[in-house]
Amino acid sequence: MNGIQVKSKILGNAKKSLKRHWQLYLLVIPPVLYFLIFKYIPMFNSVIAFKDYSVVKGIWGSEWVGFKHFEMFFNNPQFWILIKNTFFLSLYALAVGFPIPIILALCLNEIRNGMFKKTVQLVTYAPYFISTVIIVSMLTLMFSPRLGIVNQLFGTLGLESIDFLGLPGMFRDIYVWSDVWQHAGYSAIIYLAALSGVDPSQYEAAKVDGATRLQKIFYIDIPSIMPVATIILILSVGNIMALGFEKVFLLQNPLNLSTSEVISTYVYKIGLLNANFSFATAVGLFNSIINLVLLVAVNATSKKISKNGLW
Amino acid sequence: MFSHKNKIKESIADRFFLTGVYLFLTILLVVVLYPLIYIVSASISSPEAVSSGKVWLFPVDLSFKGYEVIFSNSQIITGYLNSLFYTSFGTLISVTLTVLIAYPLSRKTFFGRNFLMFFIVFTMLFYGGLIPTYLVVQSLGMVDTRWALMIPNAIAVWQVIIARTFFQTSIPDELVEASEMDGCSDFRFLWSVVLPLAKPIIAVLVLMYAVGQWNAYFDALIYLKNPDLHPLQLVLRNIIILNTGTGGMDASEMMERQQLADLMKYALIVAASLPVMLIYPFVQRHFVKGMMIGSVKG
Repeated sequence: MNGIQVKSKILGNAKKSLKRHWQLYLLVIPPVLYFLIFKYIPMFNSVIAFKDYSVVKGIWGSEWVGFKHFEMFFNNPQFWILIKNTFFLSLYALAVGFPIPIILALCLNEIRNGMFKKTVQLVTYAPYFISTVIIVSMLTLMFSPRLGIVNQLFGTLGLESIDFLGLPGMFRDIYVWSDVWQHAGYSAIIYLAALSGVDPSQYEAAKVDGATRLQKIFYIDIPSIMPVATIILILSVGNIMALGFEKVFLLQNPLNLSTSEVISTYVYKIGLLNANFSFATAVGLFNSIINLVLLVAVNATSKKISKNGLW
Repeated sequence: MFSHKNKIKESIADRFFLTGVYLFLTILLVVVLYPLIYIVSASISSPEAVSSGKVWLFPVDLSFKGYEVIFSNSQIITGYLNSLFYTSFGTLISVTLTVLIAYPLSRKTFFGRNFLMFFIVFTMLFYGGLIPTYLVVQSLGMVDTRWALMIPNAIAVWQVIIARTFFQTSIPDELVEASEMDGCSDFRFLWSVVLPLAKPIIAVLVLMYAVGQWNAYFDALIYLKNPDLHPLQLVLRNIIILNTGTGGMDASEMMERQQLADLMKYALIVAASLPVMLIYPFVQRHFVKGMMIGSVKG
C-alpha cells in the first residue's frame, strides 16, 4: 500500500467510527471544551510575556516588546535568589520525600501482624486529608514563640524560646519535614501495591536458599518496585521548579522571606497584587519551560539507564 | 501462611532486623499521631491550661469555650456553608466531566483516542501560567462568582487516567459488542450498563474531588474578593495564619482575650477537619483502591 491509500483507509475508518459512534464524540465535547478554554487558551495567552499588556488594548492588540520582560527578570537582583530558593527547597523536598515512603512501604511489607500494620497505615495515611491551610495553622500554633507547645517545652528545659517560623534558616526544614509528615503514608501505598504483586514463589525460593530478611529486601523487594519508583522520581524531578505554591505562600512571613520567596510566590505578588501581568507571565513561562526541559532530560536519561520512562 | 514457620526458623539476624522495623514504625506512629491528639486535646481544654503548658497530651479542665466562640461567629458559619456548597456542586460537576471524557477514551472504537489522551496529558506537562489563566477566567466574567471555584479546575488529569483505566479493565469488549448487536446506543449503554458497573470508581472519584474541593483555598484567594463567598479554608487562613499574635501585650485583659483567641484557633482546626476525618476510616479502603487502579499502567 502506498501513503495515499493508507491515509484514505484511516479516513475511512474515522468516518465509519464517527457514523456509528457519534454519541461518544458528543460526550467528549464538554470536557474537550474545558481543556481548550482553561488549559490551552492560557498557553496561547502566554504571548503577553512578549508584549506590554494593556487592559484597554487586550491580549492581541497590545504591543510586541520581544524579550524585554525576560531580560528584566534576568537582570533583576532577585533572579538568583529566586532560582536558588526554588531549587534548593525542591531538591531538599525530593531528597527526603522520595526515599521515606519507600522505606515505610518496605517496613510495612515485612510485617505480617494484621492489627499493628493496619493501625500504622490508617494513622500515617490520615494527614493526607488535612488541608494545607490547616497544616500551616497547626505549625503556627505549635511553634508559636509565646504559647506554642514546642517553646513551652523549651521553657521547662530552661532553653530560650525560638521563633521557628520567623527564622530564614528553619524555613526549609519546616516545609520539608511537615510535608513528609503529611504525605509519606499516602505515597507509600503505591509502593505497597507494587510489593503485593511480587510472586510469593520468589520469597519461598529465597528462603530455601537461606536468605535473610534484609537480603530479600535488597534482591527481591527493591528490584520489583524500581519501575514505579523511577516513574515517580521522573515526575518529581519534572516538577522541581513547580513547587507547591500554597504551602510556601502560607508559611511565608516578612522575617523568613530571604529563603522562602520562590518563583511561584513571586509571580503571584508581581502579577496579581502589583498587576504587572506581562512581567509575571514572563517569569511564569520561564519557570514552565525549565520544568519541561528537566522532565524531558530526566526521562531520556532514565530510558537510557533503566529502559523505563514516562513515554 | 508461613508466619508460624517463620517464628521457629527466624535467625538472630532476622529477629534483630524485625525488632528494628517494629521500632521504626512505632516511632513513626507516635510522631504522626501526637500532633493530632494534641490539637484535639488543646481545643477542649480551658484557655489557661493551654497557655500555661499544662496540656501536653490529654485535655485539662474540660471546656468547650473555643467551640462556643467559633459557632457564634457569622464569618465562620458563612464559610462552612459556602464550603458545603462548593464541595457538593463542584464535585458533581467534576465527576460528570471526568466520566464524560474517561469513558470514550476507554473505547477501542473511538477514533483518535491516542491523540485525545495526549491532548489531555500535555496539560500536565505544560502549564499556561497563573496570569494567563486568570485572564481567561476574568474574560468569562467568573471573577467574584461562585463559578470560579467550581469550573476552572473542574477536571484533574490524574482522575481521568484512573477512571479510564478502570473502564478499560472492568468493562469487557464483548459486553459492548453484544449490546451493539442488540441495537443499544452508546448513550444507553453508558447509562444503563457502564454506570451501574462503575460504582466503585465513581465512589473513588467523588471522594477524591470532594476532599480536594473541601480543602481548596488558592482559587478562592485569587478569584474571590467578596467575603460572603469565601470558603472555610480562606476564612481559616485569615483568622489563624494572618492573625498570629505579635506579642507585646501585657495588660491582663488583653492576655485573657489572647488566650481565648488561641483556644478558638485550636477549635477551628478541629471543626474544619472534622467532616473529612469522620468519613476517613470508612473511605480509606476506596482511596487505596483508587491509588491501585491508577497505578496499573494503562
